[in-house]
Amino acid sequence: MIGRAVSPDRGGVARPTDGSAGPDAPAPVVDLAGVSLHYGKIAALDDITLELPAARMVGLLGPDGVGKSSLLALLAGARAVQQGRVRALGGDMRSSRHRARVCPHIAYMPQGLGKNLYPTLSVEENLQFFGRLFGHPALERRRRIDALTASTGLTAFLTRPAGKLSGGMKQKLGLCCALIHDPDLLILDEPTTGVDPLARAQFWDLIAGIRTERPGMSVIVATAYMDEAQRFDWLVAMDAGRVLATGTPAELLARTATDSLDAAFIALLPEARRRGYRPVTIPPLVTADAATGAEIAIEATDLTMRFGDFTAVDHVNLSIRRGEIFGFIGSNGCGKSTTMKMLTGLLPASEGQASLFGRAVDPKDLATRRRVGYMSQAFSLYSELSVRQNLVLHARLFQLPETEIPARVDEMVRRFGLNDVLDALPDTLPLGIRQRLSLAVAMVHQPELLILDEPTSGVDPIARDRLWQLMIDLARNDRVTIFISTHFMNEAGRCDRISLMHAGQVLVTDAPAELVRQRGVATLEHAFIGFLEDAGARGDTPAAPAPLQSVLSATPTAPSDGRLKKAPNAFFSPARAWSYTRRETLELQRDPVRATMALLGTAILMFVFGYGISLDVENLSYAVLDRDQTGLSRNYALNLSGSRYFIERAPLTDYADLDQRMRGGELALAIEIPSGFARDLTRGHQVQIGAWVDGAMPVRAETVRGYVQGMHQGWLLEQAVHRLGQDAAAAPATIAIRFRYNPDVRSLPAMVPAVIPMLLLMIPAMLTALSVVREKELGSIINLYVTPVTRSEFLLGKQLPYIVLAMLNFALLTLLAVTVFGVPIKGSLLALSAGALLFVIFSTGFGLFASTFTRSQIAAMFVAIIGTMIPAIQFAGMLNPVSSLEGVGAVIGRIYPASHFLTISRGVFNKGLDFVGLEASFWPLLLAVPVILGLSIMLLKKQET
Amino acid sequence: MLPPAAEPGRLAGTVLSRGAATIYRLGIKELWSLARDPMMLVLIGYTFTVSIYVAATAMPETLHKAPIAIVDEDGSPLSLRISAVFYPPRFDPPAMIPLNGIDPGMDAGDYTFALDIPPDFQSDVLAGRAPAIQLNVDATRMSQAFTGSGYVQQMVLAEVTEFVQRYRGSAPLPVELALRMRFNPNLEQSWFGALMEIINNVTLLSIILTGAALIREREHGTIEHLLAMPVTPAEIMLAKVWSMGLVVLLAAAVALVLVVQGLLRIPIEGALTLFLAGAALHLFATTSIGIFMATQARSMPQFGMLAVLILLPLQLLSGNSTPRESMPELVQYIMLAAPTTHFVALGQAILYRGAGITVVWPQFVALAGIGAAFFTIALSRFRSTISQMA
Repeated sequence: MIGRAVSPDRGGVARPTDGSAGPDAPAPVVDLAGVSLHYGKIAALDDITLELPAARMVGLLGPDGVGKSSLLALLAGARAVQQGRVRALGGDMRSSRHRARVCPHIAYMPQGLGKNLYPTLSVEENLQFFGRLFGHPALERRRRIDALTASTGLTAFLTRPAGKLSGGMKQKLGLCCALIHDPDLLILDEPTTGVDPLARAQFWDLIAGIRTERPGMSVIVATAYMDEAQRFDWLVAMDAGRVLATGTPAELLARTATDSLDAAFIALLPEARRRGYRPVTIPPLVTADAATGAEIAIEATDLTMRFGDFTAVDHVNLSIRRGEIFGFIGSNGCGKSTTMKMLTGLLPASEGQASLFGRAVDPKDLATRRRVGYMSQAFSLYSELSVRQNLVLHARLFQLPETEIPARVDEMVRRFGLNDVLDALPDTLPLGIRQRLSLAVAMVHQPELLILDEPTSGVDPIARDRLWQLMIDLARNDRVTIFISTHFMNEAGRCDRISLMHAGQVLVTDAPAELVRQRGVATLEHAFIGFLEDAGARGDTPAAPAPLQSVLSATPTAPSDGRLKKAPNAFFSPARAWSYTRRETLELQRDPVRATMALLGTAILMFVFGYGISLDVENLSYAVLDRDQTGLSRNYALNLSGSRYFIERAPLTDYADLDQRMRGGELALAIEIPSGFARDLTRGHQVQIGAWVDGAMPVRAETVRGYVQGMHQGWLLEQAVHRLGQDAAAAPATIAIRFRYNPDVRSLPAMVPAVIPMLLLMIPAMLTALSVVREKELGSIINLYVTPVTRSEFLLGKQLPYIVLAMLNFALLTLLAVTVFGVPIKGSLLALSAGALLFVIFSTGFGLFASTFTRSQIAAMFVAIIGTMIPAIQFAGMLNPVSSLEGVGAVIGRIYPASHFLTISRGVFNKGLDFVGLEASFWPLLLAVPVILGLSIMLLKKQET
Repeated sequence: MLPPAAEPGRLAGTVLSRGAATIYRLGIKELWSLARDPMMLVLIGYTFTVSIYVAATAMPETLHKAPIAIVDEDGSPLSLRISAVFYPPRFDPPAMIPLNGIDPGMDAGDYTFALDIPPDFQSDVLAGRAPAIQLNVDATRMSQAFTGSGYVQQMVLAEVTEFVQRYRGSAPLPVELALRMRFNPNLEQSWFGALMEIINNVTLLSIILTGAALIREREHGTIEHLLAMPVTPAEIMLAKVWSMGLVVLLAAAVALVLVVQGLLRIPIEGALTLFLAGAALHLFATTSIGIFMATQARSMPQFGMLAVLILLPLQLLSGNSTPRESMPELVQYIMLAAPTTHFVALGQAILYRGAGITVVWPQFVALAGIGAAFFTIALSRFRSTISQMA
């Protein structure tokens, strides 16, 4: 028996193993044969053959990283089967038809608090979202949501965003979302990990209640808490991707001749894994008071933290002696982490003082930081660095002498058993090992104080005990002070003293045994629940869960015996797509900054480009090297300066000056008039005027050349008439130039219609680009994998709100063009709008496309920028007509829809055209839409691979 | 067993070098992060190779393959001679169309120019009646309209004059204008396109890489972790600045040598090292901007939007798409505060015109000043928001 394991047995939870499901239960709900799964080289599951009985509560037991989660993901259809056969609910999970058929009957809650929920959406909105995905009509959804929230005590929190719920409440909401469609198979992956004892007890009560209502439902749970496993009907003990043993809890206990599952599990492990295991023993704390005087490591007085009008930590007082193991126990969100952050100086306290080793906490005090090791709640090491690199980096950041680092790292590796994973990346490691690595990193600089925020959360019993053994060694042998927060009551029992925290306040601080004695109860867990109840923590839960009868049994669609009814799985269900549309819209609304930037930003950019990009070439600076210095030579120079295109700079003195000033880019043009210019000209000799044009910017140079040639001709003509008395030779023909569409050849009317396509391409694409990949990074993509929603519904549903936003954008830009810029719409507004609609469907589609094959948000952003900005600016005909482009650019220009919308935009704005005149540009747009959407749908995966 | 971790006396003297060591180590860490993200490596590789090659080879010469249509209502030897003067590469072979083909053709954007030679043109010319040819120009295509119409005018008139000269002699012009294009004698657009693309990509990558690296650390919670260690915000920031700057600088250097000089055979006039020194200063400014943007954005999607809004003006108004002097004065002044403006100026001066430090030092000074200013602003903003990041 490890520590003081507590068995929560509140409220008639414990179900007899032979509950409603009789001993001769129906065919197995799940059946695996020869299933293996590899992530790269690492084998997660190794040839598993297993049958799980239906209508039971089956527990998957085992340390972290033994393949429990992988197994559950396979069963739920979230992960693609690599090898072997997986059958669930009577069909092969490799068949996508079967998956589509059964997924409305499977509910899957992935590991991690609220992993498949949308944090900015409220409880109600999350539930509505899932209800819609399963095609329930509005009334039905209302009824189910009311019943589910009533029974889970969430009714009072319907409007609260899911991200702001406590861990326990998040899990209850996750459960509600899972139960909303009456699943026949409920798969829960560590649903209570990281949840406080009270919430955990409530969670299991809820499951038990549901099972009473729906005896036909099979439940498969993975858990790291052995005490929870005690109450399951049937257990599968797993280790290293293999099944160790199966059977009822009683059978397992009998087989191993042990009296607790903790011990039974350890007994079932292969000899190699058990080696070196010993139950945790805690030498008593040698009170230092007598010997060295009470040396205080941490002192906090009236420490308070407010976020706005919410008080996260309310006048907390602590005093922790050196070498003490001090526990911080409390529900999620009660202020434990915030207190710890204030003590490390990460958060400045709103009020009160904190000091470490007698020195006030000061974020600038780097010396104190060296004496503290901190391990935050979320895993926060560099996932891009290997285990060894992480250790070395942290050792160096703590400025250990370079010569000591290898030895120190070796010691950490040995002490924390990281030898086998030295070159692995943390992401590939199981949670338990990652936590060990985190602790090793926090210890690498030999701190005198360790602040550990839930270091054992989600870690299996053996790993947890090993961690504890390490901490106890540190505390007792090295006199390291340990300040630890935890959910595990058996861990709380190992601390010298604990503080129970609730709603920002410390309820009580004392030795664990003393607290149990005070409450007069049997276990610390009961004592804790007692203190919590005194403090009113039950407020968010109804005294007795309302019966679920109303939702489940009375539901017309509820299958009674677990047999599959024919699942409605149309190729495209507008209702499910709409569900994603609503969700995406809500998320956009909750992040007004993004939508505002999209609308305001484009307007600002329109101004910038409308006025800023000018294709008129004027104000060109030039200088003259006049070696003649006669009236005639000056007359020639004046001829230039009189033009509005040229601005004269200080005259040139010699070639060196000319060279220097042209190299610096000061002069676009340099003119040299040779000496004897006037004399030679009068004598009728041939003279040559030199002109150098800065060719660095070819467009400008070309224009300068044209201007100079024109002016030279003009001057000659003038000279011929006035000075030399010759007759101006009449031109044999004239050319009448008509500048059409833009008679003044002004930049603005040409640019404004060209800027609109560019902005309508880039901004909407950027908006959608992150929407899919973000779900991948944050985990909610799992809803695509395990609910009936199809890939096309998922993508098109997500796209719709962005199309609406982009069309708003289009309206705004058009309005600006007409009013502010005074560029009238000469043609058909309807044609322009139709073109814009097709175009924004493409551009939002391009964003989705960019995010279907990328894994990180940065990469998606890059693909979106590179895929839109460069073609839009360079190849779409904004500056140079597409027909004049060469090579790859010309190909891109011809097929890229931006070019065609540019033609439509200019056609309508400048040329007064309508559908008929622009028909040729509509066809490519019409074609581009299905192509980009088809590609996106193809590249999106319906399962994790 | 545990020695006291802090020994103030020993530490005090070496704070500076320890800071440098921390900055170095954190920077190495950034490089590892990048190296382990194959997608990013592919993208960086793409932007500095394929993207530059495509941009350089796609950019047309100023007047390149301009589409022109001719309506020949005369059908005389002279009108045929006129039609024959338009040929590639300046012009597409002219499309001979009827008079009623002008409007639809120009509406659809098939032609930038449409030349209408009236009936009896040749006989009117020979009779000295100076008939008019009508040239229709699509003035929404600014880049071709202006230069192109000048060309068309010159070529047609020259042809007509030559035709007439066979009948009437005419004296040559007494003054010749010797026009020379410096730095790019043939006005090849690819020279311009390739180098400007490098300058653009340097800006784009440095801002996004740095900003995104900071946001990623925040979203993954590793910033909090760093802050609990003896590491200052300035060190965190400097580490990102040098590491991401170095990556971009190296990529730019490789692109200049391999793609621009090697593959595209574009001559570089000035000293590569001087340009890279300028690029390093520019990167100091842009990476600081990236960090500043990351402190403003609360999430990656917001950062993405911000990036588009800032990058577009930074690039388009810097003077590497259209000449700076043609922009409204206000825009010119505002853009003086943007590092890209100075970087484009010094890039053009060094790479095309072979300018040395004596010529481009004002841009170096400006870039250093702007970089320092942005770095200071970003650092103070980073310091003040860092507690919200944790």
